Amino acid sequence: MTAVLDPPAPVRPAPAAGRARRLVKRVAGPWTYAALIAVLAGSAFPVYWSFVVSSQTPDAIDSVPPVLVPGGHLFENIARVFDTTDFALALTNSIIVSGTVTVSVVLFSTLAGFAFAKMRFRGRNVLLLLVIATQAIPTELGIIPLYMMMSEFGWAGEIHAVIVPGLVTAFGVFFMRQYFERAIPDELLEAGRMDGCHSLRLFWHVALPAARPAAAVLGLFTFMQAWNDFFWPLVVLVPENPTVQTALSTLASGYTTDYTLVLTAATIGTVPVLAVFLLFGRQIVGGIMSGAVKG
Amino acid sequence: MALIDPPVVDRAARRHRWDTKFSPYAYVTPYFLIFGVFGLFPLLYTIWVSLQHRNLLDEGGARLVWFDNYAALLADPYFWNAMGNTLSLWLLTTVPQILFALGIAALLNRKVRTRTLFRMGVILPNITSVAAVTIIFAQLFGRDFGLVNWVLDLFGAGQIDWQAGTATSHIAIAVMVVWRWTGYHALIFLASMQAITPSLYEAATLDGANGWQQFWRITVPLLRPQIIFTTIIATTGNMRLLAEPLLFNPGAAAATGGSDRQFQTAALYLYEQGFTKYDFGYSSAIAVVLAIATIIVAGLGYLVTKRIQTE
Repeated sequence: MTAVLDPPAPVRPAPAAGRARRLVKRVAGPWTYAALIAVLAGSAFPVYWSFVVSSQTPDAIDSVPPVLVPGGHLFENIARVFDTTDFALALTNSIIVSGTVTVSVVLFSTLAGFAFAKMRFRGRNVLLLLVIATQAIPTELGIIPLYMMMSEFGWAGEIHAVIVPGLVTAFGVFFMRQYFERAIPDELLEAGRMDGCHSLRLFWHVALPAARPAAAVLGLFTFMQAWNDFFWPLVVLVPENPTVQTALSTLASGYTTDYTLVLTAATIGTVPVLAVFLLFGRQIVGGIMSGAVKG
Repeated sequence: MALIDPPVVDRAARRHRWDTKFSPYAYVTPYFLIFGVFGLFPLLYTIWVSLQHRNLLDEGGARLVWFDNYAALLADPYFWNAMGNTLSLWLLTTVPQILFALGIAALLNRKVRTRTLFRMGVILPNITSVAAVTIIFAQLFGRDFGLVNWVLDLFGAGQIDWQAGTATSHIAIAVMVVWRWTGYHALIFLASMQAITPSLYEAATLDGANGWQQFWRITVPLLRPQIIFTTIIATTGNMRLLAEPLLFNPGAAAATGGSDRQFQTAALYLYEQGFTKYDFGYSSAIAVVLAIATIIVAGLGYLVTKRIQTE
């Protein structure tokens, strides 16, 4: 899913009278809290349970009634994951892929977004329309020719086959364009031009500092998406040179029937995005609610 | 000095003109170059490949066969089975996603303490990796020791073999998808709910409308643009589910989506034909048909959600 829209607000937020707010914005009662806590528990449970299994001995997964509290075997199981599979290579690959893709997407999106929002040039509107239109297209449907290209280049099985197609996203360009449109007044750039600033200097000294909050949100989304990407890495990589996600797939596909091992690997693979999420959850929530629709 | 000055100014002016004229193109070029080569070109080339007989395992190489792949596809029972599963899963995922998301958004829209915690909680599923979570859910839905069956057993239900049946496997996969996306859509809805002017509800309260009526008669109709948008976005995602059916029953024959192909989606069939049988022509034809089907279903979703109206 790759698309973006500013969710159009159906009604402009009107300054509400205090009384109306009290009447309408109901203070949550116990039932609301109970429902929300149930939703929260449901959201967290699968990940929590995976962690529980990872910290137990292998027989815990088959026990009736099920074990629901963590045990003391987490590090033992982690050691087993790294002994039985080349999970270190998978983690390294995933870090290289996600890191490179994130830096590149943020940089190129910021550059193009700045040009689309704040510079005048022939063909701008047509090109911008092209960016918006391509967001709605599921590019995965071109996976066969993409694979053929990568084989032709001799990249199949190598991680740059995963990196290169991810270096830019239409979503990123549009997202940054929307932000620049609102965040930088034209007068500021005009003033810079009057002072004889080259446009690259304007970009570097005016636009880039102003873009930091949006670039951060885009970076967070891009990192998590690149880390979790599954279909294309599965197709183009080989089991001997995996990312975390394809390593999980191989591990689960009958390589072992030791599900404690598989779930421990799943837990390890989830930790990096979970860490990003716990650190920057507020920004991520804000990004989604302000119209950042990722996929 | 007077002799040197003018050329300097001239050069600066020229440089400025050159700068404003060409640098915008330089800024957008990386995007269009990379996207053109690795995004748009493969997508369009798929159509060309779909008109060829092209199988990596054949010595003969590729040859143009026009619509032979499509003719074979329309006569292929596995393809129709996969399309049926895709549509079934589309319905089972898209409708609950939107209904639950509306409900959760309404809950979050109340004055709640620790609201950041709840908001983060609802999108937690969305940031986890689809591979990891599918593997976790596959265990939860296990036949003999799965937690879901254990809970159902407490209520007197027998052991369900979730993977074995068409309906049960679709429900299990739908749970995974709904779990992943509901909270995300809820936040989109919440953002719009907060923009609704409170006086509308005030008037409704004075007219004696209760919370339930207000929700369906005011909130939902005003959220129509977001509901339409979400339906289309969810449709494009749910029509090409691949990781969930692939990893629900991982193993040597995972690409078939169960022993009787009971949960093989069209995207998974594309994968099976393309990357286990290396029949690139046939696989590309599936991609094209799936793209067309997605547009049709998204259009259908649009027509249904467009009918939401204020009373």
